[in-house]
Amino acid sequence: MAEQNGIIQLKDIDVTFHNEGKTIEAVKNVSINVNKGDVFGVIGYSGAGKSTLVRVINLLQKPTSGTVVVNDQNLTQLSAKDLRKARRNIGMIFQHFNLMNSLTVYGNVDFPLRDSGLSKAERKQKIDKLLDIVGLSDRAKNYPSQLSGGQKQRVAIARALANDPEILISDEATSALDPKTTTEILNLLGRLNEELGITIVIITHEMDAIKQVCNRVAVMENGELIEEGSLLSIFGNPKQQLTKDFVNTSTHIGSVLDEIRDSGIVDKLSGRLIELNYIGDSTNEPIVVELYKRFQVEANILFSNIERLQSTTVGIMLFALTGDDDKVEQAIQYLNSLKVNVKEISLKKEGE
Amino acid sequence: MADLVNKFLPNVVANWEGDNGFVVAIWQTLYMTFVSALFAGIIGIILGILLVVTADDGITPHKTFYTCLDKLVNLFRSIPFIILLAVIGPFTKLIVGQTIGPTGALVPLVIGTAPFFARQVQLALVEVDHGVIEAAEAIGLSPIKIIFRVYLREGLPELIRSGTLTIISLIGLTAMAGAVGGGGLGNMAISVGYQRFENDVTIVSMLFILVLVFVIQGLGDFAVRKLEH
Repeated sequence: MAEQNGIIQLKDIDVTFHNEGKTIEAVKNVSINVNKGDVFGVIGYSGAGKSTLVRVINLLQKPTSGTVVVNDQNLTQLSAKDLRKARRNIGMIFQHFNLMNSLTVYGNVDFPLRDSGLSKAERKQKIDKLLDIVGLSDRAKNYPSQLSGGQKQRVAIARALANDPEILISDEATSALDPKTTTEILNLLGRLNEELGITIVIITHEMDAIKQVCNRVAVMENGELIEEGSLLSIFGNPKQQLTKDFVNTSTHIGSVLDEIRDSGIVDKLSGRLIELNYIGDSTNEPIVVELYKRFQVEANILFSNIERLQSTTVGIMLFALTGDDDKVEQAIQYLNSLKVNVKEISLKKEGE
Repeated sequence: MADLVNKFLPNVVANWEGDNGFVVAIWQTLYMTFVSALFAGIIGIILGILLVVTADDGITPHKTFYTCLDKLVNLFRSIPFIILLAVIGPFTKLIVGQTIGPTGALVPLVIGTAPFFARQVQLALVEVDHGVIEAAEAIGLSPIKIIFRVYLREGLPELIRSGTLTIISLIGLTAMAGAVGGGGLGNMAISVGYQRFENDVTIVSMLFILVLVFVIQGLGDFAVRKLEH
């Protein structure tokens, strides 16, 4: 149990629903350990069980079996009263913001503070500070209906932070927002993580959201946790097909490959199609030049995507190698000897 | 003006004052409407809240309780009011000591209205966004606080709308209760205006009831406009 000392420890979680005689296993035997200070991403398609799983963390969803330990407290064994107290340490934001329409922005942030025991003046001070953090100080008197989606989510974030939680759960919080607002909200979450040290759990179906803020990622499919690891390992070296799909969608390589196959460009170059993945310094090696110098193999770059993830470069490249057959073979072997992942891509379309 | 009134509404003038006159009838109608609205309102809100929170997707689900209450509300809603008036006579006597007059009408009016209002309250409160309830649960609010701070607060405009509707239908019921011994404008219209062929009395009774309905509708709409953001 030495390594199992995270702030959130979900162990062997099963969630089963019974609905009109049908049994649905929403979450199957999932264990997750989130460390303090993590920005932990859970990605999966709708219906994968990620929302159900994350609701188990504050017991909005009671697991059919398994244990939930948050901050060394076994939540499943708490009384209703103690559970409510524990929940104050876990802020939550939602896809549809879930603000009180009858209260102003100020009133919404005040909402969780009413039972805090603080005086009215202390509450005001705190609310002003929270609104300042999310950049909505000038909107305190507005009602939610007068705000844009991004502003509503900021209010929801301020509300979630009101009781100084150590954990913040984001349930598809950016899925209803446009790309620019999504980036702003994710940046805000990242800032909260850095400045306040809040542990954040993010659920999403967008790899781009994960890429932007998470340091660890879990991939869910059909209620099961199929892959988990650091952002770099998931992104640079995905193992499961679904994870690869998410990464490919994010780098656009999937659609590029389809285009390359359709265009027949590699045939025209009479070469072999190679995919190269690299993390970190390998980027700087002049691979293309090396290939020509050593093997007189021409490398035509067909696609390249380079990203900075957590200050580390992660790249993906597609090129067609053209040259004598045995030289190309040697070139591929040379690439394999470098610190890069090399994969030869079949020119046939999937399923052929 | 006085001549015109005397000429066209002779029976209204003759029946204006006295124990069975218009002034008394108006007060009786207001008394029946608002006293029974108060009690039916309290009972209806409590029953409506219980229906919402004990339902399958409520905050404290309780299948047996919900099913029983649900059936009970339906049962009382199904009894035609005029029959209810007669059937619960002994119970009315037990509670208020009389079965006739405006006070005698209160018990059947409350029993006839409360289930209807309970259903209206239930409909108003299930409309409250489930996500907001979930957010309140995540914040650590107890069920009782969720009822007062979220359900009743967020559902208030809709509750006022249903309250207005309920009071208006209650005015209709007071007319019916009036006709069988409850007094008020209903009694005036039927036992004086209709049965003695004094048509002006019937029409003026109706006009008073219409004014009452319009005023209540107007107040309700005003309150909803003030509350909705």
